[in-house]
Amino acid sequence: MQAAFEEVDAQETPTNRFDVDRIREDFPILKQRVHGRPLVYLDNAATSQTPQSVIDAITNYYSAQNANVHRGVHYLSQLATREYEDARVRIQRFINAAETHEVIYTRGATEGINLVAQSYGRKFVHEGDEIIISTMEHHSNIVPWQMLCDGQRAKLRVIPIDDDGELMIEEFAQMLNKRVKMVAVTHISNALGTVNPVKRIIELAHSQDVPVLLDGAQAAPHLKVDVRDLDCDFYAFSSHKMCGPTGIGVLYGKSHWLESMPPVMGGGDMISSVTFEKTTYNTLPYKFEAGTPNIEGAIALGAAVDYLNSIGLDRIAAYEHELLEYATEVIGAIPGVRIIGTAREKASVLSFTVEDIHPHDIGTILDQEGIAVRAGHHCAQPVMKRFDVPATARASVAFYNTKEEIDALAAGIQKAIEVFS
Amino acid sequence: MAELNELYQQVILDHNKKPRNFKRLERANCEQEGYNPLCGDQITVYLEMDGDLIKDVGFQGSGCAISKASASMMTTAVKGKTKEEAGVIFDEFHRMVKGDLDAETEQNHLGRLKIFAGVREFPARVKCASLSWHTLRAAIEGHGESITTEDEHRQD
Repeated sequence: MQAAFEEVDAQETPTNRFDVDRIREDFPILKQRVHGRPLVYLDNAATSQTPQSVIDAITNYYSAQNANVHRGVHYLSQLATREYEDARVRIQRFINAAETHEVIYTRGATEGINLVAQSYGRKFVHEGDEIIISTMEHHSNIVPWQMLCDGQRAKLRVIPIDDDGELMIEEFAQMLNKRVKMVAVTHISNALGTVNPVKRIIELAHSQDVPVLLDGAQAAPHLKVDVRDLDCDFYAFSSHKMCGPTGIGVLYGKSHWLESMPPVMGGGDMISSVTFEKTTYNTLPYKFEAGTPNIEGAIALGAAVDYLNSIGLDRIAAYEHELLEYATEVIGAIPGVRIIGTAREKASVLSFTVEDIHPHDIGTILDQEGIAVRAGHHCAQPVMKRFDVPATARASVAFYNTKEEIDALAAGIQKAIEVFS
Repeated sequence: MAELNELYQQVILDHNKKPRNFKRLERANCEQEGYNPLCGDQITVYLEMDGDLIKDVGFQGSGCAISKASASMMTTAVKGKTKEEAGVIFDEFHRMVKGDLDAETEQNHLGRLKIFAGVREFPARVKCASLSWHTLRAAIEGHGESITTEDEHRQD
């Protein structure tokens, strides 16, 4: 047995070449101590940390490039515009979109979903129509559709999930019909870690001519996203969960949908001509980008994409998978721990409860050990209801986390059990 | 670590495990739901009022150890008190957990509730400790609608 293991190691699998110590050097924040202990940051599903190259991109923008975009003939404006639009091209390649203009800058995944709900929704969803979401959605992929359905007198329908936290695909297939105007589901669940079979979902929906929006907020930093391979109609994600800054994100949409959709916000930059009688809208993607955009954010997101590419999403996924397996084993072995979300395919997220200790108390005790986890309902109250828990503690790993940090988490949970024994 | 021990004192852990007056009051004439949307803590406070007197008080709900123990000790503290007396205690309690009142040196009516002084070292937990009190006040005032700790946030 021993010999066999050594042989595997000798082959240099992608994961054992993964130099996490070297990668951690890129993140200044990871060097700090919290309550006298080394910071163990396991709240990546809430927001990821920022590498030096992204921090530098922000600093450099304000030090050497700051000007408004798409407006000036002067040097700085042209420089800022070039950087801003270059970032769009890099993001296009990152998700393998067919066209650059299919990449719309937003404030984040939430705004992207709201944009589709308001723009596509008001044009194509009418009384008696149906929108399908799932039980495991983040509130940001529930509430915009509820708001739309309320306004249009449409019906919101919900795909159930099983006890492992997997979507019930056969039930979903039964729910599809001619009145369904949109299927909006998450690629990866933020509360359970489930990786959904989105290709299958899209195939089923498309067989009935129903478009699909994927909430990619959790997926974009953890696996290679290829919107053309998925064939999704919309894909929304946030910069701050993928090593970029907050306040910027992307909505990908297929050209033909975006062309047919009206703008939601009016203002500068989204028009080609304005008179008091009539305004002609600008072409894509500017039609959906009213006002001076988050230029710094877009450029920094471009730097984050470069950074992730420099490591490679496939290698990130493989390393994080190993880390999550290890965490599931170590944390799951602690007596009294119940893991919420046991889907076959998972990424990054380990949601759990410990005996009858409230997750909030676990969060406070872990914090005293320097360990950052999320405690609460994770903006997914229907998921909590489905599993009959008021809240969970959630550790979510990124590629800069280590097995030693998982061990620290395990020790912290033991400590919480001691405090409450 | 000393701070953690001060937060999770034995009395608090005991009230968390065996909350007092953890029941729906059959003869309640005031009832109020309170909610902390950030963590999902939920509580319902039941009051049997006799004029201005809190004749009996009970609560139900789910929440962390701090919120549950606080609710439990609140019920024992205000039972038999008048509206005004309960209001004074709430005010002192609120100032103590926010670090604006030193219960050891300044005069107060907190009694056993002083045990929650440790919460001041954990700003994220102030809302846990005060949820039941906000709910009690709303019940007394006949608020009716469900209240949330975010109302407190806005006041801060």
